[in-house]
Amino acid sequence: MKKLEIGCGKPTGAKVGEPQKKDAPVEEKEAKEAVMVRAKVGAKAPDFQAPAFHKGKFVQVNLSDYLGKWMCVCFYPGDFTFV
Amino acid sequence: MGLEFFSVSVDSHFVHKMWQEKELSKMVKGGVPFPMLSDGGGKIGSVYGVYDENAGVDMRGRFIIDPDGVIQAMEMLTPPVGRNVAELIRQVQAFQLVRKTKGAEATPSGWQPGRPTLKPGPDLVGKVWEVWTPDLAF
Repeated sequence: MKKLEIGCGKPTGAKVGEPQKKDAPVEEKEAKEAVMVRAKVGAKAPDFQAPAFHKGKFVQVNLSDYLGKWMCVCFYPGDFTFV
Repeated sequence: MGLEFFSVSVDSHFVHKMWQEKELSKMVKGGVPFPMLSDGGGKIGSVYGVYDENAGVDMRGRFIIDPDGVIQAMEMLTPPVGRNVAELIRQVQAFQLVRKTKGAEATPSGWQPGRPTLKPGPDLVGKVWEVWTPDLAF
């Protein structure tokens, strides 16, 4: 097996044993670019709901439940990573 | 300060539980007190403009959202450099002051609680130098 590269698993666009098609990954990328970034400083934040772990329990968090309070949403690459 | 804090990564809520139990509770007594959200697939990160498709993870983006749901600040870093919590606290206090005074006061560069604020208006035009000096930014 080759050395582990940082990144995520993705299909090559070809079937097992067939040569990889050059154009398939490009199609995939164009479909993904359709997701519009809606977060802008000065505009209302995009609402979301997410599963979460809090105080020993699994809960559902909806951002709009916290309207009326100051909120800070912090994204980070991953648990068990270093910084 | 009354701040609702959430952390988000693409890890599942199961992994968050493990990280809390195995590592975070050793760093912080009782573990971290805020909800740790799961953004599997990066859908939330994508609309916030932080999701990196090639790496499959959310970048180090931090958003301050006011009680009306308006994003007041954002900061983005690549993974190797950590955030500055003191700066986050300072910014939230500044935004809270501006909101409390309904915009009558603004916080100049390097503002800390207790330092002078500015009162924007026609009278201040060309006169900021009389009430604020650059050494107050540090």
